[in-house]
Amino acid sequence: MGSQGGFYQSKEFLDLVKSIGEARSKAEEDRIVLSEIETLKRRISEPDIPKRKMKEYILRLVYIEMLGHDASFGYIHAVKMTHDDSLLVKRTGYLAVTLFLNEDHDLIILIVNTIQKDLKSDNYLVVCAALNAVCKLINEETIPAVLPQVVELLGHPKEAVRKKAIMALHRFYQKSPSSVSHLISNFRKRLCDNDPGVMGATLCPFFDLIAQDVNSYKDLVISFVSILKQVAERRLSKAYDYHQMPAPFIQIKLLKILALLGSGDKQASETMYTVVGDIFRKRDSSSNIGNAVLYECICCVSSIYPNTKLLDSAADAISRFLKSDSHNLKYMGIDALGRLIKISPEIAEQHQLAVIDCLEDPNDTLKRKTFELLYKMTKSTNVEVIVDRMIDYMISINDNHYKTEIASRCVELAEQFAPSNQWFIQTMNKVFEHAGDLVNIKVAHNLMRLIAEGFGEDGDNADSKLRSSAVESYLHILGEPKLPSVFLQVICWVLGEYGTADGMFSASDVTGKLCDVAEACSSNETVKAYAVTALMKIYAFEIAAGRKVDMLPECQSLMEELLASHSTDLQQRAYELQAVIGLDVHAVECIMPPDASCEDIEVDQGFSFLDGYIQEAIEKGAQPYIPESERSGLLNMGKFRNQDHHESSHGLRFEAYELPMPAVQSRIPQALIPSTEMVPVPEPMYPRETDQTPVSPIPSNPSNAGSAELKLRLDEVQQKWGRPTYTPETSTSNSTSQKSVNGASAVNSTREAYASRKPQVEISHEKQKLAASLFGGSSKPEKRPATGHKVSKASSHMVEKSHVPNSSMEVAPEKAAPAQPPPDLLDLGEPTATSTAPSLDPFKQLEGLLDTTQDALAANSATTASRSPDVMALLYADTPIGIHNKDDADLLSGLSNPSVTHMAGATARSRLSQSSSKGSNPKDSLEKDALVRQMGVNPSSQNPNMFKDLLG
Amino acid sequence: MIKAVMVMNTQGKTRLAKFYEYLPVEKQQELLRGVFAVLCSRAENVSNFIDAESIFGPDSRLVYKHFATLYFVFVFDSSENELAVLDLIQVFVETLDRCFKNVCELDVVFNYSKVHTILDEMIFGGQVVETSSSEIMKAVEEISKLEAASNAITLIPKSASGWRSR
Repeated sequence: MGSQGGFYQSKEFLDLVKSIGEARSKAEEDRIVLSEIETLKRRISEPDIPKRKMKEYILRLVYIEMLGHDASFGYIHAVKMTHDDSLLVKRTGYLAVTLFLNEDHDLIILIVNTIQKDLKSDNYLVVCAALNAVCKLINEETIPAVLPQVVELLGHPKEAVRKKAIMALHRFYQKSPSSVSHLISNFRKRLCDNDPGVMGATLCPFFDLIAQDVNSYKDLVISFVSILKQVAERRLSKAYDYHQMPAPFIQIKLLKILALLGSGDKQASETMYTVVGDIFRKRDSSSNIGNAVLYECICCVSSIYPNTKLLDSAADAISRFLKSDSHNLKYMGIDALGRLIKISPEIAEQHQLAVIDCLEDPNDTLKRKTFELLYKMTKSTNVEVIVDRMIDYMISINDNHYKTEIASRCVELAEQFAPSNQWFIQTMNKVFEHAGDLVNIKVAHNLMRLIAEGFGEDGDNADSKLRSSAVESYLHILGEPKLPSVFLQVICWVLGEYGTADGMFSASDVTGKLCDVAEACSSNETVKAYAVTALMKIYAFEIAAGRKVDMLPECQSLMEELLASHSTDLQQRAYELQAVIGLDVHAVECIMPPDASCEDIEVDQGFSFLDGYIQEAIEKGAQPYIPESERSGLLNMGKFRNQDHHESSHGLRFEAYELPMPAVQSRIPQALIPSTEMVPVPEPMYPRETDQTPVSPIPSNPSNAGSAELKLRLDEVQQKWGRPTYTPETSTSNSTSQKSVNGASAVNSTREAYASRKPQVEISHEKQKLAASLFGGSSKPEKRPATGHKVSKASSHMVEKSHVPNSSMEVAPEKAAPAQPPPDLLDLGEPTATSTAPSLDPFKQLEGLLDTTQDALAANSATTASRSPDVMALLYADTPIGIHNKDDADLLSGLSNPSVTHMAGATARSRLSQSSSKGSNPKDSLEKDALVRQMGVNPSSQNPNMFKDLLG
Repeated sequence: MIKAVMVMNTQGKTRLAKFYEYLPVEKQQELLRGVFAVLCSRAENVSNFIDAESIFGPDSRLVYKHFATLYFVFVFDSSENELAVLDLIQVFVETLDRCFKNVCELDVVFNYSKVHTILDEMIFGGQVVETSSSEIMKAVEEISKLEAASNAITLIPKSASGWRSR
């Protein structure tokens, strides 16, 4: 068997491979390999080994290293083999060195000379072997040594050599673009090579080059298009066919390049339309490679300037992919869909069922790809379903890498699109509970801030509702074992701040829980510190409220323990707690005002309380402080510095001396006055300057700078806190959170937020129009819920309160009901809705939603309105839409069946109340919240029983 | 570009490993183990694509194909097309099959350097240079022929010159 390849192998090598193959355990294998290494070490350094034997030793070394053992003792022998004259030995040597060494290895220097010689060899196989080594072993420093030869080889008579020379040059470009930047014209020359294989090879470097700098290659668009055209028209010889496709790999590369070149360039794109359309038409979706080309066409179409006809073809191809049985094609279909929805979002609607199928697929790769797609198409209308799904999946996997990613995506989506703050908090709770140690700590801080600031628009009442719901959920969650530390920190903070605020829970309840937390996390000082501070706040609030403080025994023991803690931080907190408890009401109120976490702590930027002292000092002859902006020398210095930076590359030296210079400069014009110490040596000045800075502030000036700084920070905060969307709207309708933060900056940041959100606003106007037209004009009732969604998306960030007038204005006056169907996954409700009441006027349906007395109808509509049953139905209806309708009807008839009607009606009502109250009536939603929690399900699944049945 | 090509059997024994970016031996082993762990836990009849970012870092995809006792694994970045790489594996295996006439795992093991030669004809410095298995075969056969010849030549002159000098 071994001799079949024509390469000689000795019995020893066969035995080695065999014994390794038969090894029962890794340990046994290691033993065999180690003894082999010993043998080789001994043998390889013997003098006068026959070449053939040596070659085999080297191959055995390669084998050993592939198994993960160190073969470095033989590297030098491999290097020596490359010097050999025999092609066989030389090639083996090159193979070994390319596998053993990296470009920075010490032995490379011994090979460069050989490579140089071999590149000039008459035997093209030697040249090829050397080129192969060039790719792997030449680094930036050694490129010049071989570059001339490689460039020369671009004109070699053998096309195999030309091809490899191009690849080597490409490799040089990857390693050090500057070293070959003058040789790029060579690639262009080779693009016109007679041999299609060589032309195909040049596409690889072109792809990289164009990805770096599109504009320099726009002139090649026509060439690429004509090449693609010729390839697609089978002008190449049959030898390039693969599975009856003409040179598919070249087509794919060309399509990739065209996608880059046509991106955002209408003129270039127009030249491509015909050929891409042709390829679509000639598609061969029976073979794998045909689909690969098709997929690449879709990518190309979604990247270049959009063309309706091509987009239709692409959508058609995608639907074929998604309908296919092959998981590979489904995967590609989902990926392609993700690209295309950026251009035409409505295409996703046609494929909802397929997408849901993929989401339910047992294949993890496909699932993740689908989540990626969902992530891309999330909007405020479907965020709840998508995030719920993501969280469910997150809980189910163990792969930490992906868990982190999906958790951060959940957080991002929740921050961006959260429909209500309750939902946001609950989502966060879930994310924290299951991936708490994996998410960024900033997320926790954001959550705390949301709870502290509220949304502001519903007044204090809503905020306090939000807080007490958070407190309640946290007290509940604390019962669960092993919560992540970050989450515990949030819980402690919220409990401390708001635990007793609404009077629902007594101080002893909350403090008891906090003590439990501190005890359970005995090793985690941060959590402990949070817990102690929370305790302090609660006791302070108790004292301030005039109640007597009874410290729980466990709390007392905790304090005793902490007073003697090794951690100074914990000790200090414990002492502070003790001190606060001993104070009277007034003192405590000053130290710990209730609910003041959002209050600005006024920082006296100007140190105005020092004014008197400064005055005194100036009178005594001290220098007045000159703010940086007014120091006349500074500007020039800045210029100097810039010039220096531009003119000389050794900027380091200048920077080292710079710091004190402004001080000198500024002082000379301002205070030329006396001062014998005015020696232009910067060093002695420096400490004085720093000394004076705080001492002599002129109040008006520094406060400018100070507030600017403050503003900046706040802006940043607003940005980070992923919902700047709320800022513009809220600030017009009295924003408490904004106001409480900073009066001046609010305006500024608002403007900024407006600017940053502007595109989105425009888009949503478009959406509104689209929605309105769909709603009014379309005879297809399918589109009806979409309208609702679109509208609600349009008003997405317009806060729940303004939701009603907004949507009614947009759509129709009759629709003044707040009974917006709650959002659906991918607007998935649509087909279902159709089947629900195909004969019904959509308007009527909405009216029906309003009228809870029409039980059956209400039940139906409500079912459509609640997304969970929809999804359920869809999950089971993997059949195409037509059949699916029937399925759905079954489900619905089941619901309206007399025996069930009562239940359905009830749920419908509760759902209606929920949907109508969503946000605008916090009390109801809170009640619903509590109910839901009682039932142990999340709020998006209003009907736990149904959920259970259907999901199993 | 293509980052790595691996061939391993269903027991996790590496049969061929080629990394187009240099990696230290330990890292290579770690990756090979990581890939095998993913492959062996995969069900039959699922897609051939695996999200490899947790093993190979950002922007890496993995396509594998299972033939008899061997997994053929290609790792690459976003500049390649998954379906096309799947066909590339097909080309590779077809070529091996032509070369060894009904290729089996043992052929790959024992003709280790020849498999490398074939791969080098297909993929050069991480880029696909040749996708036609007959072209690859032609090149490989030529190499074998020349190698055999050069081997003979190097043997003959030695003896010949020795004989002449005598």
